[in-house]
Amino acid sequence: MTNAQLEIQIILSLVAVACALPGVFLVLRKMALISDAISHSILPGIVIGFFITQDLASPLLILMATLTGVLTVVLVEYIQKTGLVKEDTAIGLVFPALFSLGVILIARNAGDVHLDVDAVLLGEVAFAPFDRWMYNGIDMGPRSLWMIGTILSVSMIMLILFYKELKIATFDAGLAASLGFTPIGIHYGLMTVSSVTTVGAFDAIGAILVVAFMIVPAACVYLLTTNLKKMLVGSSLVGIFASITGYWLAHALDTSIAGTIATVLGLLFFMVYLFAPNKGYISQWYKTKQQKTEVAMLVFMLHLANHEDERERNINHLQEHINWSKQRAKKVLRLAYQNNMIEVKDEVINLTEKGLAFTEKAISYISDNKNSELEGIKQNFFLFRG
Amino acid sequence: MVDYTLQIITLGTAVLGALCGMLGSFAVLRKQSLLGDAISHASLPGIAIVFLVLGVKNNNGLLLGALLSGLVSAVFIKGIISKTHLKSDTALGVVLSTFFGFGMLLLTYIQKLPNANQSGLEKYLFGQAATLLASDVWLMSSIAGIALMVVLLFWKEFKMVLFDADYTTTLGFHVKFIDTLMTSFIVIAIVMGLQTVGVVLMSAMLLAPAAAARQWTNKLSTMVFLAGIFGATSGVLGTAISASANNLSTGPVIVLIATSFVMISFVFSPIRGLLFRQIKLWNNRNDLKLMKTLLFMYNIAKNHENISHPHKIQLLNNFQGYTRKSLKSLESEELIVLEKGDWSLTEKGFHTAKNLYTNQS
Repeated sequence: MTNAQLEIQIILSLVAVACALPGVFLVLRKMALISDAISHSILPGIVIGFFITQDLASPLLILMATLTGVLTVVLVEYIQKTGLVKEDTAIGLVFPALFSLGVILIARNAGDVHLDVDAVLLGEVAFAPFDRWMYNGIDMGPRSLWMIGTILSVSMIMLILFYKELKIATFDAGLAASLGFTPIGIHYGLMTVSSVTTVGAFDAIGAILVVAFMIVPAACVYLLTTNLKKMLVGSSLVGIFASITGYWLAHALDTSIAGTIATVLGLLFFMVYLFAPNKGYISQWYKTKQQKTEVAMLVFMLHLANHEDERERNINHLQEHINWSKQRAKKVLRLAYQNNMIEVKDEVINLTEKGLAFTEKAISYISDNKNSELEGIKQNFFLFRG
Repeated sequence: MVDYTLQIITLGTAVLGALCGMLGSFAVLRKQSLLGDAISHASLPGIAIVFLVLGVKNNNGLLLGALLSGLVSAVFIKGIISKTHLKSDTALGVVLSTFFGFGMLLLTYIQKLPNANQSGLEKYLFGQAATLLASDVWLMSSIAGIALMVVLLFWKEFKMVLFDADYTTTLGFHVKFIDTLMTSFIVIAIVMGLQTVGVVLMSAMLLAPAAAARQWTNKLSTMVFLAGIFGATSGVLGTAISASANNLSTGPVIVLIATSFVMISFVFSPIRGLLFRQIKLWNNRNDLKLMKTLLFMYNIAKNHENISHPHKIQLLNNFQGYTRKSLKSLESEELIVLEKGDWSLTEKGFHTAKNLYTNQS
């Protein structure tokens, strides 16, 4: 591993963490797409800043771009507040307009601008180690390393200082306001941090990967835990893992680093989406299926409870009374049998004591929705959980 | 004389604008505005895969790839929203960024292939209206025709699903089918626009005409029609402006024109517009001030036997809400009578003030 490769991986990991921290809050606050909007609409800010300074790494340019990012948020919120269009439409109107403005500004001055729309959108981290920061003639390392490092430290400090406020404002804005915090201030603080991070990251990894780095790790971790601290740490780790895996994969395939990392993130998300315990696709599918059987079992037991006549409860006549397929009937019976809810005697199905008690409890639960009586059986049945 | 190429391009952008406006209306009303953004980004890997696997550079083949990958992404988005507790914004963001990233991976891979003549794939990123051919315009027009027919055919169903999906289900309509049909046509419209305005700006093509049209009417048919007109007009104007100046790419200009339609509609629409709303606010405020003045007068006048007993205007001085103008307008409504520095309530004025709090109308 050469020095440049190491530096690239460090830069990518720092960007991943810097994006993951605000990303978690964006996802929790249902504002994930604002990162997409910001990452596109900083273009005119970058272009205008570049016209003034002629230097892609100048602080003024970063300031201009951040201002455009915050302006995007303000515009989106203003349009939302008028109530003329739905909220997502507001986002969809603002950022293409600003992006178009940026593209036109670049195209009109194509001759004397060393700035490419591709570069802004896609980024090229492979060149990052060549843009070095010289201080008094001493090589201090890649410039983007310093930039993203600074941004990360600032947002870390902000996070630690305002963790409590952020948490309350995210989960209960009303409570936060009544406790005397200003949700608006926290909101704009978060938006500013997101803008600064996007700006700091764009020239290394491009606008689209910023979106991937902000949203995908947070979305992955949100399927695995609901603890905020775990989410913050987890999404940072997911980001770092994807960066390093993606970097080496891109190295092997000779493809765009940003694109490959986004692909790795996508695959990770897909795996989590499928296999996450409790919240993943498969466990949800299993849960739904199980609930269906349990409802059927309950219906079946009600049927048993309501019919004194032995003929009605004969195992061979079940088909006439409850119109279930054979397989389904078997599954329901097995579930009931395994839980000792029923017993079969001389081809007649009887409710056991436990079965009778369960049926009564379940009915009273369904009719008056009181939770307490079911504590004992809750563990065994999905039906009564959440 | 306008040259032939420009005619083709203008026609193409006009048809595209109309198509996007029409179908965009449904997206906007269903709160799926940003679905367009996600799908347009997600169509990139489809284009790259078709090129990579089949080696075709044929435009229609690539569009088919884009269409498939757009549909796959729509399925993913639906799956994430319905099966997990992640919200639609996160689902869109995840699909958008990862599909696009995968597309970039494939594109850069294609670029490095030794025998790949891949020029032309890039145009889908930012769009190049200038590459529109007569055959493309034909394709667009036939798709627009089909879309129009489907919309007319399923008008009633679309309308019901838009406004009350649950009710539609109870009436026995196959909501899932109608839903899929609508989403599919939105994806088709997006794919048609990729070549002209590109991945990034496609969402605005879909949204802006519809958002503008929404401000002028509360009727779906009028909205769809207006959105089509706005879309077509932005297409034509955008092409004209970008053709008249150097270095002006068509896509961004079209988007900016469509956005300015939105801004004009926001401000000047007579039903919902901001200007109208502001004027209404001012009128209400003035009205309130007049009534306050009248009530103040009433409180003075009611202590006298003769309600029309004249009082000095100076009496109102410790009440701040009156001006010469407001007194004049009260007089013009025959609520008070002004006479040299004096004012007196009329019979009508007295009763209006008396019933101010009890009479809601």
